[in-house]
Amino acid sequence: MSSLSYAAPTSVDDAVKLLAGSSGLAKVLSGGTDLLVQLRSGRVKPELIVDTKKIPGIIGIREENGGFVIGAGTPGAVVEAHAGLTAAWPGLVEALDLIGSTQIQGRCSLAGNLCNGSPAADSVPALFAANAIAVVVGSKGRREIPVEQIPTGPGRTSLAKDEFILEFKLPPRPARSSDAYLRFIPRTEMDIAVVGCGVSLTLDAKGVCTAARVALGAVAPTVIMVPAAAAALIGHTLDADTLAKLDAAAQAAAKPISDKRGTIEYRTKIAGVLARRTAAIAFDRAAGIKNGKAH
Amino acid sequence: MNYIDSSLKVVGTRPIRPDGVDKVTGRAVFAADTRASGMLWGKMLRSPHAHARIVSIDTTKAEALKGVFGVVTAADFPDIPSEEAFVGEGPMNFRDLALNCMARTKVLYEGHALAAVAASTQAIADEALALIDVKYEILPHVIDVEAAMAPNAPILHDDMFTSGVDPKPTKPSNIAKVVTFRKGDVEAGFKDADVIVEGTYTTQPVHQAYIEPHACLATYSPDGQVQIHSSSQGHFMVRAYTAKLLGMNMSNIRVNPAEIGGGFGGKTLVYLEPIAVALSKKSGRTVKMQMTREDVFKASGPTSGAWMEVKIGAKKDGTIVAAKQVLKYQAGAFAGSPIGPGCMCGFAMYDLPNVDVVGYDVVSNRPKVAAYRAPGAPITSFAVESLMDELAIKLGIDALTLREKNAAKNGTKTHYGPTHQNIGFTAVLAAVKSHPHWKSPVKPGQGRGLATGFWFNIGGESTAQVHVNEDGSVTAATGSPDIGGSRASIGMMVAEVLGVPATSVRTIVADTASIGFTHVTGGSRVTFATGMAATQAAEKIVEDLKKRAAQTWDIPVEAVEWKDGKAYPAGSNAGAFEPLDLATLALKAARTGGPLIAEVSINAQGAGPGFGAHICDVTVDKETGHVTIERYTAVQDVGKAIHPSYVEGQIQGGAAQGIGWALNEEYIYNAKGQMENAGFLDYRVPVASDVPMIEAVLVEVPNPRHPFGARGVGEVPIVPPMAAIANAIRSATGLRMPDLPMSPPKVRAAFDAQA
Ligand SMILES: Cc1cc2nc3c(=O)[nH]c(=O)nc-3n(C[C@H](O)[C@H](O)[C@H](O)COP(=O)(O)OP(=O)(O)OC[C@H]3O[C@@H](n4cnc5c(N)ncnc54)[C@H](O)[C@@H]3O)c2cc1C
Repeated sequence: MSSLSYAAPTSVDDAVKLLAGSSGLAKVLSGGTDLLVQLRSGRVKPELIVDTKKIPGIIGIREENGGFVIGAGTPGAVVEAHAGLTAAWPGLVEALDLIGSTQIQGRCSLAGNLCNGSPAADSVPALFAANAIAVVVGSKGRREIPVEQIPTGPGRTSLAKDEFILEFKLPPRPARSSDAYLRFIPRTEMDIAVVGCGVSLTLDAKGVCTAARVALGAVAPTVIMVPAAAAALIGHTLDADTLAKLDAAAQAAAKPISDKRGTIEYRTKIAGVLARRTAAIAFDRAAGIKNGKAH
Repeated sequence: MNYIDSSLKVVGTRPIRPDGVDKVTGRAVFAADTRASGMLWGKMLRSPHAHARIVSIDTTKAEALKGVFGVVTAADFPDIPSEEAFVGEGPMNFRDLALNCMARTKVLYEGHALAAVAASTQAIADEALALIDVKYEILPHVIDVEAAMAPNAPILHDDMFTSGVDPKPTKPSNIAKVVTFRKGDVEAGFKDADVIVEGTYTTQPVHQAYIEPHACLATYSPDGQVQIHSSSQGHFMVRAYTAKLLGMNMSNIRVNPAEIGGGFGGKTLVYLEPIAVALSKKSGRTVKMQMTREDVFKASGPTSGAWMEVKIGAKKDGTIVAAKQVLKYQAGAFAGSPIGPGCMCGFAMYDLPNVDVVGYDVVSNRPKVAAYRAPGAPITSFAVESLMDELAIKLGIDALTLREKNAAKNGTKTHYGPTHQNIGFTAVLAAVKSHPHWKSPVKPGQGRGLATGFWFNIGGESTAQVHVNEDGSVTAATGSPDIGGSRASIGMMVAEVLGVPATSVRTIVADTASIGFTHVTGGSRVTFATGMAATQAAEKIVEDLKKRAAQTWDIPVEAVEWKDGKAYPAGSNAGAFEPLDLATLALKAARTGGPLIAEVSINAQGAGPGFGAHICDVTVDKETGHVTIERYTAVQDVGKAIHPSYVEGQIQGGAAQGIGWALNEEYIYNAKGQMENAGFLDYRVPVASDVPMIEAVLVEVPNPRHPFGARGVGEVPIVPPMAAIANAIRSATGLRMPDLPMSPPKVRAAFDAQA
């Protein structure tokens, strides 16, 4: 019969050593809301589970150099309760907050959502749009890489066997900046995004967009950045023409598959719809107009 | 006795539910909570193929695995002949059920069981399943009903020759039977019509989605006695099927009903119990079996999906002169879709001169269907009530007026035979008309739909016992598993008759060896039939109490009156005695003739049919196709609401399930005939936030055949929702959605096609 070991190291070094030393499949554990489900269903059969939650700093939020640093394993409920982060990054917070239910919120983390590698992961388009940096640790030391470079395909990441994410860094926020995340699901909650969209942007004093990042989820093997959608926004206010261009850019970038959660045709159209709706919320928020739950 | 016009003290009130505390504190013992020392875990090997011949099954490796105590296949069960089953709900055949529990020569759907193991742990059982070597010859499969009826469709059963057609076919097909119902001359009726509307509709199979997966614990003793703990809608049903499928005497099988976590019709047949008993026999130990949610979806019964064609002809004033329907219901792998009720229920709300309904019962490579709330009726009603909406639009008549104009009344002869008696459909429509929801203007951007529904309700065999305990408290025991509050309502009826508070009566569900035969909890029969038995048993107790008071006072029994829980001398002539209450009489029972117990077994007749009408307001997101139910009102004739909160709960639950059926629930199959969404993540029942507060409006037109006027209430509320929602979408958008579910991609596609 197969066996499974569990370890909860209290330092990065110990965690890295355990991962490097394992002969079979080793899995990093944060909240476990993906991993435990996969274990039970037999989809993954690891030999070793390394629980990161005892590593100092991996749970918690701090401000550093004008930006925020979020511990990789910080649960959704903790993130949502952080007033400063919620004010600066309402879109990222609402994206993480959409995951599961109250019970799941007590556990689910950004790192787990990102490294589970689902193209439909809710917080990931918001993390992409936010231009977040992942701090990765491993046998070769520590490196900082943009989050977009982590997922490589469904269930796959660019991390080496002995690597894991320690924390995420969010850049300082210029004035009149905000973000938003929307997903489409057939029900009202407890569902997986048919399409997700994250938009982060900055406006000038006249309400013209000066910087933007747009990301889409569930329309490609990984969450994708959509530079053409961002380009449609930059230099414009949110007029009908801009919205139409944004919609077209999002639809053009969407390369979904047909599966039990949606068809190619439907997902492509919804990508355009959500890009428009998400951008509208982000514009309002950046302009100081309250819009949506995160305020 | 009849209490319909009496002033009632208990019936009609809302005491705290007797099963509530145990359920919310997690103490209630459901089937999966039972265990025994030395117990083994039984697990089923299920077919990965939609349709295949079983060439061979080699279990030697599995049997050799350490920790495995028994492996069974069809070879361990008697090969029983075809025989119509006398238990359960809906058409059943013992042989079909045996083959459904354990495939013999062919597997007929993905998830079809073909072997089972008993092992000391679940992990070992899983490992053993992987060691069973099955050689399959994969056969072409067919999933959809229309494809299954096509001339060159793969045939599931070579011995299926369509019944109900003349002459009898010479070639087997997937059409198990054809049924027809005719009244008047439908073609003449259409000739007479000013306006004719027609439509084609489809519905998807939907699962009952009870929260508790099937589970059981079984022990076979070397002397041939069997104990089963399981949750079902009828432990006598479990006993009968288990006995039949294993060739045993019923008296050797004792089935203990566990608390049940939902059934909705889906627990009126067995999947696990006979297998668990066979494994226990083989291993000599107690065996526990429990389905996963995936098993529940892949191997237990949904209700049928269907293809339907409807045509209605009417005069300019709205009088319907002809109605025609063709229904093709898929039954899953074995015959037995609810096509009969489907053919009867669609037009049962209306008084129609000319009707022609033809129905087909069609097998395909899907799990065998099982009863689901008002089996067959929601499907046919989706089609008929959608088309009624079109007729109203075409005639320029209000949807309610059209229904009023054609409503069935007392004396209306149905197209399937019986004449409606003591029905409350017009009272229901009147309640719709005067309801604030119907009278309020439709909000801007929203649409409103109306649809109605009918269900027969049934009576049948029930047994109830009433025991007056030594202290005067009362135990009521019945053979009816409580899936909808029957312990509360039965206890209340007993309390009413005895003249004691509801809290004095504790109702239990007794096992198969402790109470007389009782038919399944289904067909909305329990409050009606078992309630009638319990009422009669309580009345026998009252007679007995009067006798004992008479004996105590030494006066004739006719001179004793029973009132408010006490015996009184009836008038001054009878003598001046202090009243004797239940507790005093109970304490003296030994001296007045022994224990105070009464048992009544009946075959209850006269179940009153139920009618409902639902009003629904929706908004539709044109860009995403997402439908939001904004307001929902469900009006229903309930006869007499014994415990109104439970009745409202039944109505709300039925409407909520209907909302899921309407909007999102469907089975998604891949090209190999395997189900892709066998879990609650992708098989989308509504979550709480998808459903608005559903207002239940209780109309009480008493059923004179029940002592308190009760009718079944649990099934009617799932009949109208699909059409009510479709009609609301039509009203909001101009789009007619003829295919369920009306999921966001379909609604968006309909908008795109409209543009
Ligand atoms: C009921 C339910 C509802 C859900 N609803 C949603 C939803 O609405 N939206 C959504 O997006 N997801 C949803 N999920 C999925 C899941 O909750 C999220 O993906 C969650 O963010 C995972 O975080 P976790 O900390 O629990 O990850 P874990 O399960 O601990 O880990 C997930 C994966 O990431 C890896 N990993 C974890 N931490 C690290 C790290 N620090 N460095 C590198 N790799 C790491 C693990 O090895 C594993 O492969 C739901 C899950 C459940 C059970």
